[in-house]
Amino acid sequence: MGQAVQQRKIPGTYIFDAAAAMKGYALNKMCYSFNSAENRAEFVRDEDAYCRKYGLDAAQAAAIKARSVLGLLAAGGNVYYLAKFAGILGLDVQDLGALQTGLSKDEFKARLLAAGA
Amino acid sequence: MATIVGAVTTSHVPSIGGAIAKNKQQDPYWKPFFDGFPPVHDWLAKVKPDVAVVFYNDHGLNFFLDKQPTFAVGAAPQYTNSDEGWGIPTLPPFPGNQALSWHIIESLIDQEFDPMTCQEMLVDHAFTLPMKLLWPDVATWPVPTVPICINTVQHPLPKATRCYKLGAAVARAIESWDTDQRVLIIGTGGLSHQLDGERAGFLNKAFDLKFMDSLIDDPEWATQFSIHELVEQTGTQGVELLMWLAARAALPGKVRRVHSNYHIPVSNTAGGLMVMESVQ
Repeated sequence: MGQAVQQRKIPGTYIFDAAAAMKGYALNKMCYSFNSAENRAEFVRDEDAYCRKYGLDAAQAAAIKARSVLGLLAAGGNVYYLAKFAGILGLDVQDLGALQTGLSKDEFKARLLAAGA
Repeated sequence: MATIVGAVTTSHVPSIGGAIAKNKQQDPYWKPFFDGFPPVHDWLAKVKPDVAVVFYNDHGLNFFLDKQPTFAVGAAPQYTNSDEGWGIPTLPPFPGNQALSWHIIESLIDQEFDPMTCQEMLVDHAFTLPMKLLWPDVATWPVPTVPICINTVQHPLPKATRCYKLGAAVARAIESWDTDQRVLIIGTGGLSHQLDGERAGFLNKAFDLKFMDSLIDDPEWATQFSIHELVEQTGTQGVELLMWLAARAALPGKVRRVHSNYHIPVSNTAGGLMVMESVQ
């Protein structure tokens, strides 16, 4: 299974392809549920129970618990759905950028600014 | 027959909604982005569209991976915004134009495009924020809309060549619509940005500017690239430039640049804006 056309890897980049779509389905379905404020509140009340309800596997549940963005991507998470999990945590996309690149938030923002020069 | 008055293409970053809600348009951070829009407002006042066709990509509000259409056309009496998970303020519902929706659907299928049809459809920031940027001060939306959603969530995404052909097919549909309505094309997304992975924060100003120029001088330039190459050049979400490409292709013949703006950064994104119209 996977891509009909074999592609070279783009460093630091996750293509959400067939393999990821299958692997990440439960995790992404949980994150999609966070469109609803009621579901977000239910998650906050008991994270473990909510993860169990959606059938997350061990790697996915561990990455949720650790707030590991790269771990969630590796477990098949799709950024568009993961963004809703980040919303619960009150993280913006510069926070997420900092977490994934190992930079501080200010360093990450400086990198963005430099790209416009 | 209906007339296509031109196209506006713009970025659609969620935090633009926060900036509008907090009235930060003239803050130093936001000013270079928002100052791009008054010329668009002047142009809209001049061309007076009656209806807008909006190419945008859903970010997991209306569609989930259980059913992920490559192309979807809205055919609803109205389109509702909803909580996307971050508490950005929602905007009032957007009236549809079902006559144009079904005309486009029938014409597309006749032209061998086969979109999903949606009589109920939630629209997310990619649809709502460009509308608010185009018409910031109105109590009710001045034009009804037809949303056309292009998948950027689940790979394989439709190729750039296919999105270009979709735009051209939509133009043929509009031009065969037996009314005197004036139709605005909107394309939202991009330009370069990448939110996820160790390469998060990737931007490519040189490519973006070349792409913007190409829409005027050589509109099919970007169709030479595969989706993989577009991700490499513009970032995992920069591939949303597909909406711009479809919007450009929906303008018949040669076009001229009425206005453009480009600013880095808007959140993690290169904020782009263009107004184009066909040369008579």
